[in-house]
Amino acid sequence: MIPDPNSLYGPLDPAPDAGWSSAPPRMGFFTDTSVCIGCKACEVACKEWNNVPGSGLDLLGMSYDNTGALTANSWRHVAFIEQPLPAGHRSPPFTGTPTGEPVSAASAAVAAGTGNRTGTDPGLPTGAPSAAARMATSGPADVLGDPIDAGQRPRHGQGSGDAGAGPQFLGMPGAQPPGRGTGAEGRADFRWLMMSDVCKHCTHAACLDVCPTGSLFRTEFGTVVVQEDICNGCGYCISACPYGVIDQRKDDGRAWKCTLCYDRLGAGQTPACAQACPTESIQYGELDELRERAAARVATLHERGVPEARLYGHDPNDGVGGDGAFFLLLDEPEVYGLPPDPVVTTRDLPKMWKRAGLAALAMAAATVAAFVGGSS
Amino acid sequence: MSPHRPEVGELFRRFRDRLAADRPGTTDPAAETDGATAATASDAPAATANGGPSGTDTRAELSPRNGDPNRRRAGRRRGGRGGGEELRVPEAEFTSYYGRPILKAPVWKWDIAAYLFTGGLAAGSSLLAAGGQLTGRPALRRAGRVTALGAVGASAVFLVKDLGRPARFHHMLRVAKPTSPMSVGTWVLTAFGPAAGVAAIAEAAGWLPRHGLLGLARRALPPVGHAAGLLAAGTAPALATYTGVLLADTAVPSWHEAYPELPVIFAGSALASGAGVGLLAAPPAEAGPARRMAVAGAALELFGAHRVETRLGLLSEPYRRGRPGRLLRAGRLLTSAGVAGALLGRRSRVVGAFSGAALLAASVATRFGIFYGGVASARDPRYTVVPQRERVEARRAGTDSSPDRAAPPVL
Repeated sequence: MIPDPNSLYGPLDPAPDAGWSSAPPRMGFFTDTSVCIGCKACEVACKEWNNVPGSGLDLLGMSYDNTGALTANSWRHVAFIEQPLPAGHRSPPFTGTPTGEPVSAASAAVAAGTGNRTGTDPGLPTGAPSAAARMATSGPADVLGDPIDAGQRPRHGQGSGDAGAGPQFLGMPGAQPPGRGTGAEGRADFRWLMMSDVCKHCTHAACLDVCPTGSLFRTEFGTVVVQEDICNGCGYCISACPYGVIDQRKDDGRAWKCTLCYDRLGAGQTPACAQACPTESIQYGELDELRERAAARVATLHERGVPEARLYGHDPNDGVGGDGAFFLLLDEPEVYGLPPDPVVTTRDLPKMWKRAGLAALAMAAATVAAFVGGSS
Repeated sequence: MSPHRPEVGELFRRFRDRLAADRPGTTDPAAETDGATAATASDAPAATANGGPSGTDTRAELSPRNGDPNRRRAGRRRGGRGGGEELRVPEAEFTSYYGRPILKAPVWKWDIAAYLFTGGLAAGSSLLAAGGQLTGRPALRRAGRVTALGAVGASAVFLVKDLGRPARFHHMLRVAKPTSPMSVGTWVLTAFGPAAGVAAIAEAAGWLPRHGLLGLARRALPPVGHAAGLLAAGTAPALATYTGVLLADTAVPSWHEAYPELPVIFAGSALASGAGVGLLAAPPAEAGPARRMAVAGAALELFGAHRVETRLGLLSEPYRRGRPGRLLRAGRLLTSAGVAGALLGRRSRVVGAFSGAALLAASVATRFGIFYGGVASARDPRYTVVPQRERVEARRAGTDSSPDRAAPPVL
């Protein structure tokens, strides 16, 4: 069989190129981040279905995202970004919300307490709302609950801006209503961007092309899957992935990533994450249909005044030949931790081999010259 | 629960300490926990100057934009081996997700860098051996063959040891894939290793008794070794240069963009290290070809390394800074010293041996420098985002901005 001229780069239908005859249509994900609520049901469903081991409990201290990145033990990763949006010419946000202290310590305590035993521990004990009262009376507190004296630097927090003025920003949303400590003029509108990231199942998958054992293979659905009984943990795929998706499991040595639930696809079922997504942010289906749906969604959003909506990874002419899992984003890709313009490394492979061949010839020629030329 | 992660809250505590350390105008004792290396300590004023999110860019205050104080340090959180980074040029403007790396840094450890050296050494010394064999220089032949076997044996150990599942090393032999430089390299090594081994064993012929069955082997071995030595030398250039493609065929920015130079550097480095073996082992009268090989190898190596350090713009930076920079500078010095010694001290065995050792050390330094330069470029999202962003902007400027890629929201 003559390989497709676009085998390494350019638009291509990957399954037939990999040798599948009568392959079913290419399947994929369309992740519409404009409706993602960051619930992480996809992360949980993926772990449950695929028996992915836990990665431990970490607080990364940067946002509500404590997964951090796609890893061998997280095949879905919900990114969380908080962005300030200045009011501009609009009326300032939250104009009606009161500023300053709560009316009284007692009212804060009443608001925080519960009438009945909740059974949660720790928590505010019923009938003893002293914690709430303490928070309300002891003046401004940072988000960790440490009191802030007006003239003194806080023990925690980064101390940017006027340190004593109110809640300290720690990279995550504060615990107080906006403007309570800063006053109405300091309030800024903001938005939360959430995106469920996943293996892109590239048309030109560098991980698959560089795998020296044949452990990674192209399924009939056009997806890319690691065979765990073949992988010997050489780690080449990990360096080759332009998205930083595939990763080595440390205590196991092998490389792991999203399989797009190959086992479920074979049985005609929806992948676990898409099945679990409560807002249909993760949509699964035939890639061609998903691309149409995504284009329509972008048009709708532009119409409704969201000009920043754009697709990522949908274009078969991009550096990786289009992704099997593509996204609708509301900001530049790098804001979400995605590379802005990934190019599959094997695009340049023919040129690399050529250079290596030339270097090898030069080496042989230099050796011959060293032994033939000269007198000693 | 994974045993590889610290207990709950540990990362958060460190994050808080870092924030406290970056606060302008404070001397928090927590700062010392982070500024452990000398390089970072000397850069502390620079770090604080643009450190706080409110420093230069007020837009960055609530967003994970550039200027996030933990941006430069995110890489260290993962690896802990990044070494002291130095800040000499102004930071390029870019956006990232809380400063976290986009790419996964190579999981290859130091043994792959060591393999780059031993593989090249095996190739260079088998070329030297073949030359000595064909031109009647037994000292070069013997030293080259023995070194080639030792180096290729060490290579196999390094390669297998670095696998996540060493017991499955033979899975490499399931397939032959030209799109996978590692697969190509596996097969090159499979051809080279046994040939180099037979050639080296043939050197033992002189120790065998003259009569009997072993006497027969004594007579048969030299021609067999001759053929094996030529076979090994035939595959040696491929063994020396495929590693350049191995590194370049990755998403690691500073390796990939250096793809025209890496095979040249590695070919030169292999020649120089093979020549180093010749200079160490052969008497000055026989070492003439080794000296000329040293000059040719050093020229290729220095030319390639210079190109890599200057041609790639931002992506050259990892090769100039920190540990990779020091290694490459050391490699350059040692190479120059080795060549100078080889040329000037052509009558002295001692000077020849010293320059041979310098060439070998230079090869080690260059390989490790190139290896760790690439690793550093993968750890910092700047080297991923900035060149790609420039590409996008250039394309956008060329084709006029399309409506669905309208200006990002005012932040």
